[in-house]
Amino acid sequence: MQKERMYLLDHLWDCQNARGYLSDEDVVQVSSAFGLSPVDVEGVISFYHFFQRKPAGKYTIYLNNSILSRFHGFEEVKAAFERETGALTGSTDQTGTFGLFETSCIGLSDREPAALINFQPFTNLTPEKVHYIIQELKSGTAPAALADAIEEQVQYKPEGDKAILFREFEPGIVLNRLRDFSPDQVIAQIKESGLSGRGGAFFPTGLKWELCRKAKGRKKYIVCNADEGEPGTFKDRALLNLMPQLLLEGMIVAGYAVGAQEGIIYLRAEYTWLLPKLNEELKIYRKKGFLRHRIPELNNYKFDIRVQLGAGAYICGEETSLLESLEGKRGEPRLKTFFPTEKGFLGKPTVVNNVETLCAAARILELGVERFEKLGTPSSTGTKLLSIAGDCKRPGLYEIEWGMRVGELLEMCGAENPGFIQMSGPSGELISAEEKDRVISCDDIRCGGSVMIFHAGRDLFTILYNFSAFFTHESCGLCTPCRAGNPQLLHLLEKVIRGQATAGDVSKMQQWSAIVKHNSRCGLGQTAPNTLEQAIHKFPQLFQDRLVQEDRFNQEFDLEKALRNYNQLTHEA
Amino acid sequence: MKHSRKEVTIVVDGKKMVCPEGESLLKVAQANGVFIPALCYFDHVDPPLGTCRVCTVKVKGKYTAGCQVKAQEGLEVEVMSPELLDHRKAVVEMLFTEGNHICPLCEKSGKCVLQALGYEMGMDTPRFTFTFPGREIDYKPKHIIMEHHRCIQCKRCVEEVFTDDGKPVFYFQQRGKETVVAVDYEQEARLTYEQAHRAMEICPVGTILLKEDTIDTPGYRKYDKMPISAVSPAVEATLAAPRTESAPEVKKKTVATVSLAGCFGCHMSMLDMDLNLLDLIQLVTFNRSPFTDIKQFTTRCDIGLIEGGCCSDENVEVLRKFRENCEILVSVGACAINGNLPALRNWMPLEQTMEEAYLQSATSDETAVIPHHEDLPKILDKVYPCHEVVKIDYFIPGCPPGADHIYKVVQNLLFGTKFNVPYEEFKYD
Repeated sequence: MQKERMYLLDHLWDCQNARGYLSDEDVVQVSSAFGLSPVDVEGVISFYHFFQRKPAGKYTIYLNNSILSRFHGFEEVKAAFERETGALTGSTDQTGTFGLFETSCIGLSDREPAALINFQPFTNLTPEKVHYIIQELKSGTAPAALADAIEEQVQYKPEGDKAILFREFEPGIVLNRLRDFSPDQVIAQIKESGLSGRGGAFFPTGLKWELCRKAKGRKKYIVCNADEGEPGTFKDRALLNLMPQLLLEGMIVAGYAVGAQEGIIYLRAEYTWLLPKLNEELKIYRKKGFLRHRIPELNNYKFDIRVQLGAGAYICGEETSLLESLEGKRGEPRLKTFFPTEKGFLGKPTVVNNVETLCAAARILELGVERFEKLGTPSSTGTKLLSIAGDCKRPGLYEIEWGMRVGELLEMCGAENPGFIQMSGPSGELISAEEKDRVISCDDIRCGGSVMIFHAGRDLFTILYNFSAFFTHESCGLCTPCRAGNPQLLHLLEKVIRGQATAGDVSKMQQWSAIVKHNSRCGLGQTAPNTLEQAIHKFPQLFQDRLVQEDRFNQEFDLEKALRNYNQLTHEA
Repeated sequence: MKHSRKEVTIVVDGKKMVCPEGESLLKVAQANGVFIPALCYFDHVDPPLGTCRVCTVKVKGKYTAGCQVKAQEGLEVEVMSPELLDHRKAVVEMLFTEGNHICPLCEKSGKCVLQALGYEMGMDTPRFTFTFPGREIDYKPKHIIMEHHRCIQCKRCVEEVFTDDGKPVFYFQQRGKETVVAVDYEQEARLTYEQAHRAMEICPVGTILLKEDTIDTPGYRKYDKMPISAVSPAVEATLAAPRTESAPEVKKKTVATVSLAGCFGCHMSMLDMDLNLLDLIQLVTFNRSPFTDIKQFTTRCDIGLIEGGCCSDENVEVLRKFRENCEILVSVGACAINGNLPALRNWMPLEQTMEEAYLQSATSDETAVIPHHEDLPKILDKVYPCHEVVKIDYFIPGCPPGADHIYKVVQNLLFGTKFNVPYEEFKYD
């Protein structure tokens, strides 16, 4: 029987896990199993950067190249990996034992440089540690046995008993509470609480659930967005790691409220190491009769949850790309003709919520609306998880009340002589250390969770270049401004860094940023130039210092370099 | 699907338009004489592809793709503001620079929608850096050739071309700027001639070409005489604007010209000015130029006209001399602007080009070497557009630009008189 397309990614993972890469035979076999054209399957494979079409080593190493990794020893660690494994970045060693690749942020920003080896986490890497790891792998120790345990560091939560998320959780308690309410009452409570989307979009959660509940159709879905790809954020990781049960119960609450039969957790491949834990909890919940069975106390409501593993694509954090990916396709963003609550997964009404949103929803039922809405500000109720990393004494997780000032935050985490603070990741907002009175809430800094702190000695242009290269690499390629515009911005930044740019180039950067932002199809392109724009606006002097005088010759053109090929060729001849 | 044919009124740039509710903005605008350009749009594809983003408009201050906007009572849309026109042009320019679009070589030239939009928007000055990506031509399909250099990833073929039993033929592969349209050879072979022909027709550029008869009507160039927006009275009005004729009396100016990596075609075009040339020499004297055979600048010049891009160190040296000695530098013709034909080697290593030319040609034997001598120019790694080497003040597109076009530009530069280049004279080939 032909397999359903939505299981394509799973099937490709099975093949790749068996062989270490996807061979030509795999592609043929998968295509015929799914009744798809091999060209179609190649299209899916080549969209996701963790799918390998060439042998990628018995041990496949993905070293994180995000900015925090760069500032904490990336180059030395990369050199150590190349030295110890004999593999050059982007390839395998001659024996095919090790494959070494770079990847975007892997959600371990509080312990960089970090890498995944066969998707197991290795953190706080140093050349010495790399030496030890590779020696051990060579002598036959399994990566899982060597990997670092990821202990979550909860650095702060509201004092007293005010914490919403980071508090003890007794599995089953939310489901017990759920018995007292009809689906409409659940939605009413969520609406009353003022809970809004914690992925950074701030869409009112109760309204989303209501729209989905009212949408026509018997089959409905709850999708949990656990594709935490924004560089610098790791708060969803912490929730999945510390209290996966809370998420499962949040999903059941959502499912019950909207009348959905199935929930899917879209887990980014970078968090594969969390998969066994999640599957184990799912088993327990099924055994307890909370999932896959009718629940008599809930009007015989029946719900089940499965986990879909991603395969490496930042764009899949965008909800419609995520839905495409769930359907076994390339993760290209849809046009916003319909809300997913109308036409989502497989065209059926679907709620897509962030991990933190679903967890908070569960807590609202558990603790009551009143306790939740008392916290925060009138327009942003409750608490928010922040992942703080970079140049500070206490990196880790912070559960803050909405409305906290940036200054308080910097003090709390022990920021060391902060120069630049990147709120909500590269697509978010760059702020200077002077902006201490800015407030984290939906009215000011709409923070999705990522907070990266850079001390005053850090080079702004290294940061900007890293971000711009990230967006160029992660653009899905579907629309012109993002696909073709981001590389043009990257090129201008290179020019600035090489000291060949003029004031005219900076004004070009501003104009082109606006073009990319205003004309792109989805949030990726619409936010990609944010940081660059703000940097030009907030730190004009830093740009000024790098510029050369406008003259009538293009400083970028290097005659000697342009002739190098010819000289080599004719010299050899 | 049943259409409620309820009539609604929408407002486009302040102009009221009555149309059926739910109608696509692009259609309504077109019917009312407002041309909103687009490359990926098909009126029957719903939801629209929304990939090219050329049709971006503003609704309630928010930017959105025009193809996505449906008519609703009271809808107000901003379409032709200077900002939107500039952005639209920028997106078209991005497409020209991210691929290898060498119009004089292209089978689709004259019928290409991308080219037509370039004309429509007056794309005459390169804004973005040409990337010269290394792409390939796929000859393997049965009916068609895939000329990937020209692909703009609009996704039309992916969404629109199917075999009789509904199997797709084209698929996207890779991601980001590496995105490429791949062909399912098996299904492509099953296309009928008509289906394959249609694939070529719907490709807005010259990527999908039929092997059998690429040029079905030789000499037919759809967009040569009339702009793609021909139905728009607004655009026609600008085109019909009167040209300024004679120039006021002034002191003679000095002009220099040179052909770098070009074919001298632009210089031939200058000679084609015919009688205008007599007018011109009343007004200017030529200094360093093939016309005078003066090889070195003997005086500082007002205008330098550059034909050709830079393919050797000698070209660079000459161009820099021109920059030093001329007040205003003009890139004349496609080679100076984007490298054009000489730049066909830009997406392969220099080694391959030189071997092909000198070591593996039909007449070369085992004694053949890649020529090199201190008196010979050295070849650059690629052909550079002139503005990447020095600052260029003005650009005259065309391969070659028409004599009248060049004449008018020079006249304008000398006397600051306004002029219009008629649509049919504005060409990239």
